Amino acid sequence: MKYSYFPGCSLKGTGRAYEESLLPVFRAMDIELEELEDWNCCGATAYMAVDEVKACVMASRNLAIAEKAGHKELVAPCNACYLVLNKTKHYLHESPSVKRVIDAALKQGNLTYTGNVPVRHPLDVLVNSVGLDEVKKRVKQPLKGLKVAPYYGCQIVRPYSTFDDQYNPTTMDRLLEALGATVVTYPLKTRCCGGSLTGTLPEPGLLCSYILLKEAIKRGADVVATICPLCQFNLDGYHDKIEAKWESVRIPTVYFSQLMGLAFGLPAQELGLHRGFVPMKSLPAQTVAA
Amino acid sequence: MAELTRTIKYEADRVPGFGREVMSVPGCEALESCIQCGTCSGVCPLSIYMDYSPRQVMALTRADFKNEVLRSHTIWLCASCYSCTVECPRQIRITDIMYELKQRAIKEEIYPKKFTIPVLAKEFYKMAHSQGRVTENILATLMFLKTNWLAAMGQWKLGLGLLLRGRFSLKMESIKRKDELNRMLTTVDNLSIDSLTDGRSAPKKGSH
Repeated sequence: MKYSYFPGCSLKGTGRAYEESLLPVFRAMDIELEELEDWNCCGATAYMAVDEVKACVMASRNLAIAEKAGHKELVAPCNACYLVLNKTKHYLHESPSVKRVIDAALKQGNLTYTGNVPVRHPLDVLVNSVGLDEVKKRVKQPLKGLKVAPYYGCQIVRPYSTFDDQYNPTTMDRLLEALGATVVTYPLKTRCCGGSLTGTLPEPGLLCSYILLKEAIKRGADVVATICPLCQFNLDGYHDKIEAKWESVRIPTVYFSQLMGLAFGLPAQELGLHRGFVPMKSLPAQTVAA
Repeated sequence: MAELTRTIKYEADRVPGFGREVMSVPGCEALESCIQCGTCSGVCPLSIYMDYSPRQVMALTRADFKNEVLRSHTIWLCASCYSCTVECPRQIRITDIMYELKQRAIKEEIYPKKFTIPVLAKEFYKMAHSQGRVTENILATLMFLKTNWLAAMGQWKLGLGLLLRGRFSLKMESIKRKDELNRMLTTVDNLSIDSLTDGRSAPKKGSH
């Protein structure tokens, strides 16, 4: 099956390790991701604070381009993109007046929106459409002994719960177990990372990230797994500041796709693992082999 | 002795019609039925830093205290985690109401001076509008230059770290058909807000 791929701005910038690991993993799973032609910013959080209707126009342009290209489903790996694209779909279905404005705007680009392209997160596609059996078949180096805290973030389960439980999502837990990893109990799996506050108002933003990292260490995790570029950035990029303010909570935070790649036997360098501020220690299994 | 300030709101502080106006926006209607239970404030991970709790912002909005809510830090501290929205027993979309209030504060330019968050939002909006995409590092640089460039100095270590890891880029990303996107966004400006209220009475500013 071929999917339309909406990378979003972060995956081309600070979150490029996500794309670097996601693409080879999907290739290994024999799923084709075709980058959406001339995609634009989804209209996320900060844009929505200025003009919500225009944010919906931004999102709709992407949805309409996917329709025009004849794609069946759109894959959005960033939680914020995933939410804004889905939120726009909700608005278009709920509010005829919003739809009228969006339709008029889309017409300017000879585009139309009918709503027949679902927006999905790669985690959902891998676990619910491809299936864990297919994942297991490709595991060459099980992540035996690696203790992982599964961190989902906010916008993947709120306000809409699309493919998982809103309070206790388990899709990534099951995926990590299929890779051979040990998933630690992590009750904060959907607590806010602070979003863009870490950059704008450090004190409250960093506190959110600090709490998440401290809890992961307390639960005995070796690494935190994320599914969103902003969560990864917040949990990975601010260790110096967090240490200066509270204490050292240096634990690596990686993308779930990077862990998949490692389990599939792909080289760490090709999965963008060198881009993290806190490097991940080599896998216990590999240490034994060496 | 510490300076004492009045915390109780007076009838004269109200801007009559403000609450109605907000509640007429698609998605914000349910505010009408708020029971002031405080669940939103309880689940909010950032309420400990807010000047008004989310529950208070709901009450003040509904009761027309426009200046208090639009000048509050609360609306800018909302990180859009949607915890309040999913927990609200009256299904009030509190996060979306926060967005509506942010939009109004930006439109009327009444937010705390040199406050980074609305500046980031505006720069984000401008860049997404003109380029079609957002280049994170340029955006962050602009935000610091426009608010507190000294704070940018405190970011050098993070910037250098990103640079060393190939995560820092000042090359402006953009889409091919910028004019197409621009035409689409301009269309929205030309449509009246009345068309947004599904035929229900749309109170104009200053009415009521």
